[in-house]
Amino acid sequence: MDIQEVIKNQVTANPVVLYMKGTPKFPQCGFSNLATQILNACNAQYVAIDVLADQNIREGIKAYANWPTIPQLYINGEFIGGSDIMRAMYESGELQTLLNAAK
Amino acid sequence: MLSAQQLESYITQNLECEYIKVLGDDGTHFEALIVSPEFIGKSMVQQHQLVYAALGDRMRAEIHALSMKTLTPDAWARLNV
Repeated sequence: MDIQEVIKNQVTANPVVLYMKGTPKFPQCGFSNLATQILNACNAQYVAIDVLADQNIREGIKAYANWPTIPQLYINGEFIGGSDIMRAMYESGELQTLLNAAK
Repeated sequence: MLSAQQLESYITQNLECEYIKVLGDDGTHFEALIVSPEFIGKSMVQQHQLVYAALGDRMRAEIHALSMKTLTPDAWARLNV
C-alpha cells in the first residue's frame, strides 16, 4: 500500500492520532513532549505513532499535511496542527471542544 | 551557524512582514513572532504553512526547530493598544 494511503487509514480509523518523535512515555523531542502533555491535560484518548520507528511514515506525514515538522495532531481525520497550534488551541479551550467531539 | 537574524531575512525575502522578531542563539532552535498581511483570512494552520513555504528546503535542512506565533496586522494592533 502507498504510504499516503497508510497514513490516511491511520488518521481515519482512529479519532485522535498524534505523530510524534518517541513515545508518550519517552518523548524524544521537546515539542513532542509538549504535545503529549497537552493531550494528557485534556484527558484525551489518543493513538501515538512514533515517526522515528518508521522512516517512510516520517517523510510521508510531512507531505500528507504539507507540514514539514513533527509533532502533528489529527482529529477525526483532519489535520489540526503542530505543537504551537495545539498550545494556542489548548489555551483558548478550542482543543478540548474538538477532543470531546472526537470521543 | 544559522543566526536568528539570518532566519528573519530568509522569511522576509519570501513573505511580506509588517513586523518580525526571531529569537534563538544556539543555531538550531528558534522562536518567531511574525505579523503579515498575507495571514488575513487564513487559519492558523494556513498561516504557519505560509511561513514554512517561505523557508522552503531550509526548513528540512538547516532549521531543527521553529516555534512560531503568527498574527494579522489587525490582531497585532489590538495587542499593542
